Formats: sequence, structure tokens, C-alpha cells
Amino acid sequence: MLLIHAGAIEADGTPEGCDVQDWMAFDKAVRDAGILVSGESLADLVTATTVRVAADGERTVVDGPFAESREVLGGFYVIDVPDLDTALDWAARCPGSRGGGAVVVRPVADFGA
Amino acid sequence: MESVFREERGRLLASLVRRFGDLDLAEEVASEAVETALVRWPIDGVPSRPGAWLLTTARRKAVDRLRRDRVYAAKLAVLQWEADREPPPPGPDPGADLPDERLQLFFTCAHPALPADARGALTLRYLAGLTTAEVARAYLQPAATVSRRLVRAKQKIRDARIPFRVPGPDELPGRLPGVLQVIYSLFTEGHTASSGTHLQRRELADEAVRLARILHRLLPAEREVAGLLGLLLSVHARRDARTGPDGELLLLDEQDRTRWDGPMSEEGAALVRTALSGPPGPYGVQAAIAALHNEAPDVPGTDWPQIVALYDVLAALDPSPVIGLNRAVAVAMRDAPQAGLELLDGLPGRDRLRDYPPYAVARADLLQRLGRLTEAAAAYRRALELAGTDPERALLRRRLASVIESVREGEG
Repeated sequence: MLLIHAGAIEADGTPEGCDVQDWMAFDKAVRDAGILVSGESLADLVTATTVRVAADGERTVVDGPFAESREVLGGFYVIDVPDLDTALDWAARCPGSRGGGAVVVRPVADFGA
Repeated sequence: MESVFREERGRLLASLVRRFGDLDLAEEVASEAVETALVRWPIDGVPSRPGAWLLTTARRKAVDRLRRDRVYAAKLAVLQWEADREPPPPGPDPGADLPDERLQLFFTCAHPALPADARGALTLRYLAGLTTAEVARAYLQPAATVSRRLVRAKQKIRDARIPFRVPGPDELPGRLPGVLQVIYSLFTEGHTASSGTHLQRRELADEAVRLARILHRLLPAEREVAGLLGLLLSVHARRDARTGPDGELLLLDEQDRTRWDGPMSEEGAALVRTALSGPPGPYGVQAAIAALHNEAPDVPGTDWPQIVALYDVLAALDPSPVIGLNRAVAVAMRDAPQAGLELLDGLPGRDRLRDYPPYAVARADLLQRLGRLTEAAAAYRRALELAGTDPERALLRRRLASVIESVREGEG
């Protein structure tokens, strides 16, 4: 799974250092390679809502979180590749890894055993 | 027989890992094969191809184990299928009865996705063939700590699928420095321990040299690998002269150069020529500097202009304050202590060196030579606070005492 953490956001809300064409090209490359399992880009953080359920069952719903740090999860790809090196190559090609952003690569847990 | 196993262990493990794609399984069946050999060989005699015998035995044991554990086998089958698609490893070593597949293992153990302290531990464990207890001793850490670190690293290799493969030509320049760094760090810790009663941890330095040799044999065309081996050999050649009869540290100007290891030094110098047969890399240049020291009859007779020039090249490749420090010391030797001190005090990034022992020692030495004794004494006291091993502290106390003595004489 590639977790895309946006770096600095420009005034128009798009991440710095890459444009829509870059993202479209990357998305097409992932699809053409036949490795795409799923992927979404997430809506702006102002639309986020947090739910917590306490031990007594009480549900708390709060607006946010708002970006306290610079890095905000902006989207993800789940890809099916044979090994970490291949995943890291795709992460490096992802526009989200540039312009102060970062892509975190995490294997999906395997409970199949 | 123990030494045969130690030599064969790395090769055996690498071959098994390539076939089964799993470090734990490889380790387990390798140990079982060695145990079987310990029982059989004294009765049947040592086979003509001991490595091949061990590999066949270990493979049989792995197949048995996979038959018993089908879920595990199904998981590994995927990995194995992928491993089979990789091209076979290049260049068999003519002297060996097993193909050498250790290069994959070098790159896996030094993978950038693993924590730095785990990379050294994995390399010592699986390529140098040390036991976990020996690796722990090498790091002066409890066996439980090192064992946990190894388990976690193996877990990451398995679950994150860090591959057992040699990076392709386009990736190699990015990945090779990581492997070299692991070996270099092991050597540095062996050369000047970060703490303890002994200056050197000889066996660790020996292991690092051995690993560098293996890597050089596997990648003979890589100039930086030749450079690293050349550097380690040139420095290691001085090992016997670096401490006095009571284990005290002797600096370059106090060492008995007849106790330097001539053949090792020559081997290092020959590698420098290979390393610098193209555009220079940082290990090649450092090897050249070390070789120049080895060729010199004494400190004043050292080719300091050439050494300063090499530090200039090195600083262009890697503009770190540590290299600036070494360059300043070389300039002090070429020109005068004052020139060196001025460079030292004007180094960019100097505050990053504040806690670096060699910086404090170099400053103290230059101040002493300039006759600025009160400042020199203060600098030696600072160096004493930072020094890691007893022999270093003993040397610094000796120097501090001589500075204080000179101050008293000046006053009296």
C-alpha cells in the first residue's frame, strides 16, 4: 500500500511541485502495468470528521483533524507487486513523493495463513 | 572442521535463501546440515566437495520440513517462483564447489529499508557467519537485545518482502554505497572502539576486512569496492604498532613503522591503483591517503602536499566537516600549525564537531605546538571528556600533564 502524504499545499489546494498531468500519467502507468488493486484520492481535510468510542460505549464525533503537521494523508494506492524494491520504485515514481511530500510504503497484513 | 563450516556457512546460507526465499528456514536447515556433518564426517570421512554435500543435505531437510508444514510451503512457493525468474548469479568462483550467491545476501542485509544498526548485525550474522552471541559481543550489547534486533529485521525482510537480489545496473550506484557503509562502520568500530578498555577490537576489524575481500571478489570491476578494501588493508596494516606494550595508544609519529604489516600495506596500495583507474570515489581517495602514510619513512617525510590535494578531492566529493578537519590537520603539517588552526576555527559546520573527539584532540595538539599552552590544556581537558576508550584517555592525560609541566616551567 502506498500512503501518499502531501507536502506543502499551494494556494489553489494542489500539492506543490507536481500538476494534474503528472498524476494522470502516474495513474495510467499503474493501471497499464496491471498492478492496481485499488486507490483513492481523499477530499480536502476540511471535510474530515473523527469518531472515537470510549470504553463505556459513548461516541464522540469531532470535526477535523486539521493539519497540525505539514504532512497530511492525501490518498493511497494498493498495488500488487512481488517485492519491496518494486514497491519502492513505484513510490518513487508517484508525484506525491516530490515537492516535500512523502509516500509511505506498507505491506498489507497477510492473514491468509 | 569448525573453520570449514565458518567459511562455508555464508555460501551455504546464500544458496539456500535463493532457493527457498526465507532466511529463517535457510538458517535452520543450514544448522541441521552442519550438525549432521559433525556426526557423519568423522565416521565417513570429509566428502570431496564439502560445500555441495552440505547444500544437498540442507536442501533435503528443507524439503522435509516443507512437506510437514504445507501452509508455510504454500507461502514460500510464491517467493520461490519469483526467485526462479531471476537470472542465475554470475561468475562462479573456480576455487569453490558451490556457486557463490552471497552478493544477493549482502544487498538484502544492507537494504536501506532496514534500520542501520540491524544492517551491521545481519551482515555479521549471515555473511561473516558469527553466532548471535558473537554479534552481541561485537556490539558490546546484551545478546537478548541483538537477538531481538535480528528477529525484527528478519520479520521485516519477510513481511515487507525485501528481495534477495542484486540490484540492476541502473540501481547499483544507489545501493552499493549502503553495502560499503555497513562494512566500513564495522571496521571503524573495530579500529577505534567507541568505548571500553581496549583501543581496538581486532576481531571486528578482521571480520570487516574479510567481508570487504568477499565483496571485492564478487564485484571485481567496482572501483569503490576495491577502494574500500584498499583503505581497510592500508589502515589495518598498522594495527600492531598502534598500541604500546601496555595497550596505550600510539599516534602516527610515535609508532614503530617496522611493525607495520608490509605485505598487507602493499596489497592495499595495489588496490588503490585499481580504485583510482577511473573517476575517483570517496573510498578510493581515502585509500590513497592511507597508502601515502604507509609509504612514508616518518611523519616529516610524508608527502603532505599530495595528502592535502587528495583531501581537496575528497572534500569536493563529500563536503563534510570531518573531512574539513582532516584536511586542516594535513595543511598544518604541510605549512605550519597556525595555518591548520585557522582552517579548523573557520570550518563550516564546526559546531557539529563539538562533540567529536578527534576535533578536540586536533585543536589541542595545534595549540600546544603554537605554544598557546593555557588554551591547549583546556582543549585537552575537553578531549578527555569525549574520549571513548581507556587508552585514548591515557594518551590525553599524558599530553595534558606535559602541557601543564611546560606552563609551570614558563612561570618558574
